[in-house]
Amino acid sequence: MWGSNARAAHPIFFHHVLRGIESGTELIVVDPRRTESAAFADLWLGIDVGTDVALSNTIAREIIASDLHDRTFIERGTENFEEYAESVADWTLERGAAVTGIPAEVIREVAHRYAKADRAMICWTLGITEHHNGTDNVLALINLALLTGHVGTYGSGLNPLRGQNNVQGGGDMGAIPNKLPGFQDIIRDNDARARFNAAWDTEIIPRYGWHLSEMFHAMEEGELTAIYCIGENPVSSEADSQHATKLLENLDTLIVQDIFMTKTAEIADVVLPASNSAFESEGTVTNSERRVQRVRKALDPPGEAKDDIWIIAQLAKRLGYEWGDLTPREAWDELRSLSPMHQGMTWERLDQMGGAQWPCWDVDHPGTQYLHARLWSEDPDERLRPAPFSVVDDEPPVDELTEQFPIRLTTGRRLDSYNTGVQTNAYTSPLRRPESVELSQEDAEALGLVEGEQVLVSSRRGEVVAPVHVSSALRPGLAFMTMHFPDEVETNRLTIEATDPKSGTAEFKATAIRVEKLNGHGAEVAS
Amino acid sequence: MTAEAAPAERAAVDALLGPPETSWEGGARTSADLRVSRAPEDRRTLLLPALHALQGAVGWVSEGGLNYVCERLTVPPAEAYGVATFYAMFSLEERAPTVVHVCDDLACRVAGGRELLDACRRDVHPEEAVVVSSPCLGQCERAPAALVQRAGESRDDVVLTDVAASPPRVMQAIRDQRIEGAVAYTSVPREPVYAGDRLLARVGDPSATSLEGYRALGGYTALPRALELGGAEVIQLVTAAKLLGRGGAAFPTGVKWTGVADQRVTPKYVICNADESEPGTFKDRVVMERDPFAVIEALTIAGFATGAEQGYLYIRGEYPLATQRVSKAIEEARDAGLLGAGVFGPGRSFDIELRRGAGAYICGEETALFNSIEGKRGEPRNKPPFPVTHGVFGKPTSINNVETLINVLPILNLGVDEYASVGTADSTGTRLFCLSGHVARPGVYEHPHGVTLSEVIEAAGGVRGGNTIKAILLGGAAGGFVGPDRLDARLTFEDARAGGYTLGSGVVMVLDEDADLVDLCLRIARFFRDESCGQCVPCRVGTVRQEEALHRLVIGRTIGSIADEVALLGDVAAVMRDASICGLGQTAASAVQSAIATFGLFDGEATA
Repeated sequence: MWGSNARAAHPIFFHHVLRGIESGTELIVVDPRRTESAAFADLWLGIDVGTDVALSNTIAREIIASDLHDRTFIERGTENFEEYAESVADWTLERGAAVTGIPAEVIREVAHRYAKADRAMICWTLGITEHHNGTDNVLALINLALLTGHVGTYGSGLNPLRGQNNVQGGGDMGAIPNKLPGFQDIIRDNDARARFNAAWDTEIIPRYGWHLSEMFHAMEEGELTAIYCIGENPVSSEADSQHATKLLENLDTLIVQDIFMTKTAEIADVVLPASNSAFESEGTVTNSERRVQRVRKALDPPGEAKDDIWIIAQLAKRLGYEWGDLTPREAWDELRSLSPMHQGMTWERLDQMGGAQWPCWDVDHPGTQYLHARLWSEDPDERLRPAPFSVVDDEPPVDELTEQFPIRLTTGRRLDSYNTGVQTNAYTSPLRRPESVELSQEDAEALGLVEGEQVLVSSRRGEVVAPVHVSSALRPGLAFMTMHFPDEVETNRLTIEATDPKSGTAEFKATAIRVEKLNGHGAEVAS
Repeated sequence: MTAEAAPAERAAVDALLGPPETSWEGGARTSADLRVSRAPEDRRTLLLPALHALQGAVGWVSEGGLNYVCERLTVPPAEAYGVATFYAMFSLEERAPTVVHVCDDLACRVAGGRELLDACRRDVHPEEAVVVSSPCLGQCERAPAALVQRAGESRDDVVLTDVAASPPRVMQAIRDQRIEGAVAYTSVPREPVYAGDRLLARVGDPSATSLEGYRALGGYTALPRALELGGAEVIQLVTAAKLLGRGGAAFPTGVKWTGVADQRVTPKYVICNADESEPGTFKDRVVMERDPFAVIEALTIAGFATGAEQGYLYIRGEYPLATQRVSKAIEEARDAGLLGAGVFGPGRSFDIELRRGAGAYICGEETALFNSIEGKRGEPRNKPPFPVTHGVFGKPTSINNVETLINVLPILNLGVDEYASVGTADSTGTRLFCLSGHVARPGVYEHPHGVTLSEVIEAAGGVRGGNTIKAILLGGAAGGFVGPDRLDARLTFEDARAGGYTLGSGVVMVLDEDADLVDLCLRIARFFRDESCGQCVPCRVGTVRQEEALHRLVIGRTIGSIADEVALLGDVAAVMRDASICGLGQTAASAVQSAIATFGLFDGEATA
């Protein structure tokens, strides 16, 4: 589990992990902090923030040097191995230890345990992706799986844990800039485009859209002037939130469709009250294991709140398209007719099978438990395109540590809260404590700070006032904050806007900060 | 902030577990800790001993103490809390460091236990000690009894017996700092009787509690014989001797041992179930207090025969003297090379760990006992899988009661033929009976199977004061009442089955004409309501409903007619018997139902 504190951030998934641990599964956790998840691990590696590629490359070099790589799989199912092997050749244990901070013999142990395991899985979340080189981090982990053949077999693989029950479903439905529903490429897949053209009686423009960070860039450039924002609260969740808010306020049109009056809704031109997708509307969700499941309505939404599909259909009507009383089932059947991987999932089968995992090509197809088995095939025609190794190199975080900003701030979640708190702050929890800047006991002592004391936290971009919480999970030089309570402390005033050019994800995980005693100053910042 | 342990609590836990190795287990922070941590070996099995350490050190289990134990054993606090609150001997609230558990259960009840309880409640200051009513303490031959649970350094628990309404002596036990060891006081110079030739041959001789004395009295002859014969042959002999379990279920021991020996899975375990908690039962306690090596030798033989390397002896928490004696005996045996590395030959080791319960009747149920050893709540598991394949830690396990195990010694020492020469064809050998209540000489008596009920009572001097018998409770609270018309009943497994009564754990509690059966039924109902683990609904709800209906009958405020309430009791009994997952629920109504059926308890007017 690499860059993931699933115990706090994915508690339901972690229950399954715990059951595995109980029956003898070994868990290794890589995380700068000794998190709640790490407490359950056989082995925790307290890596320096942003050195994930270095660690991965060092592990790879050790695996190759010890001849533990899976030659059969590499020959059959991959390409670019030679170049990759050469690129990691310099990453000796000693160099890896110096860069990552993890003792050489521990890196060696992890390399050997991972390579020798019968089945091994790498799970990750935002600790990997929320970096300026997040995509490289992911590629580095994929390299390890390819190197050892821990992919395409039962119980192995690469597992990015999803933050919500339906992040995967958003992708399924085409809510990503470069794909049509069913992950069909907008530019490259001419057949798909033709299908959609015919079905929708319109011309799909073969052009990729913008991802979130690009949208903000486009707003800055004046290229994007209207936003229809459904179930998202960018005012609170964006990095460098002051800047993001200004851009949103300057839009010609901002429409927000949400179940709460969020901070983003407050600055919107139009707010459309929506219904809760968990129990006030019908539909489907797709979870982390690509399983599409039905959601059933239990309650009518309150007041004037309406179903999302109804709202969208009404908008379409005003724009001149008559969709009638579009039902969730009709919308689903349309998806099945256009997305081959969903074709076999009839509404009835979803009921009968308790959900189904895509790809599910036809009504006799059982669904697919795991992907990439083709890479193992002895027949090259079945193997299709080999999986490429990627040459990636270590790139330290953009926000450098200096004498002025000597502490590395990383961000994350707590068990009792969710994202910006829109869905969780209304509930009490015995675990809840106010937003704080978490410091190691060593740093707190050096700065003469005590638990609960208000301090000034500054980065190159902004400053906030927050109380100190001393955490044994942190080592000197490492601090931690969450983004759960933007009304109390706007953590994202501090974070850097540097984004990964490939994924558009911001570097929330690595900020250089300074922590100072307040001494009466900073009251104006607090207010 | 998270509550932290006091120094005394840390010291007590560290004394058990050793000092913490890293800061992640509660030790001092080192720079290595900041980069790497490793899961310590799974030590959840030490949760119950660690809770005992806390309770023994400061008299309660504080939040800080519990947190520290969780840190040391890497057990989630919520789980540990669930376990700590499961046991009656642990308090999760701060209270006086001394707790007086006064037994007001069946045998003590008819000997003045309630009066003693009232007197203690009146005279003991709550800041000095807490007085609580206790289920059977297993001291029925010396009733009434009290257990004084004492926390703090060299303040061991103390059992007081024959203390009829004698609070001054209770006060002495509360205040006396110098009492060391689990001394059993006796105010009345009345020596209970422990009589028998085979299983009880050594119990009258005080020297049997030392290894030397045990050897001199013929001990440790069966183990060498077993080693000479080999495991398969030992099991063959136990099977041929038709040894049946004495804990109540009468399962053939040979079948159980074969089942475990045949498993390929390792490690395997043998367990001696010494969680003797059935009201009215005290035979195992007497054996452990007076002949502890016999239990250890027999368990060692079981380990040898089944291929186990580890044995557990799970003793109930209310037996301080037996705990002390067995613990000392295990140490002596280990020192003498009779336990430990190579005891079964080169490379074949066997050792025994003593585990102390903490006041939970249900832990006598075998699968609940496994959970208790594993550091979980003592809740029974569903069967199958059975213990022979999935016992403690999910491994093949043979679990036998103390009396069952020590029968293995005469089987090996005497040979099968002579062993089976007493008793009947299907109920071979002898049986220990716990005589209590209104008999002239209460005690543990060993009789050959086939003896009649009246012979057993006569051997104990008959009814005290020449009174007449009103009822006899056979087999404990989970057994049933019989009337004097059954005095000629033969006490064998087959006769009991045919006659619809049970030998259970060998309880023969005699009740004379003055006994109040309704009151005893109420006490039994309260007992089961208290002791139900609450895991499965029929028992959790049924035991409460049974007690409530009895109460209504007693105070004459029935819902509907008396007959309606009696019918309700019958319904509740049927549901508990049919639908509970373990023996507790299945037998929780049997005594009450037998009293109703045999004595027409609520016929006509309510008894109140």
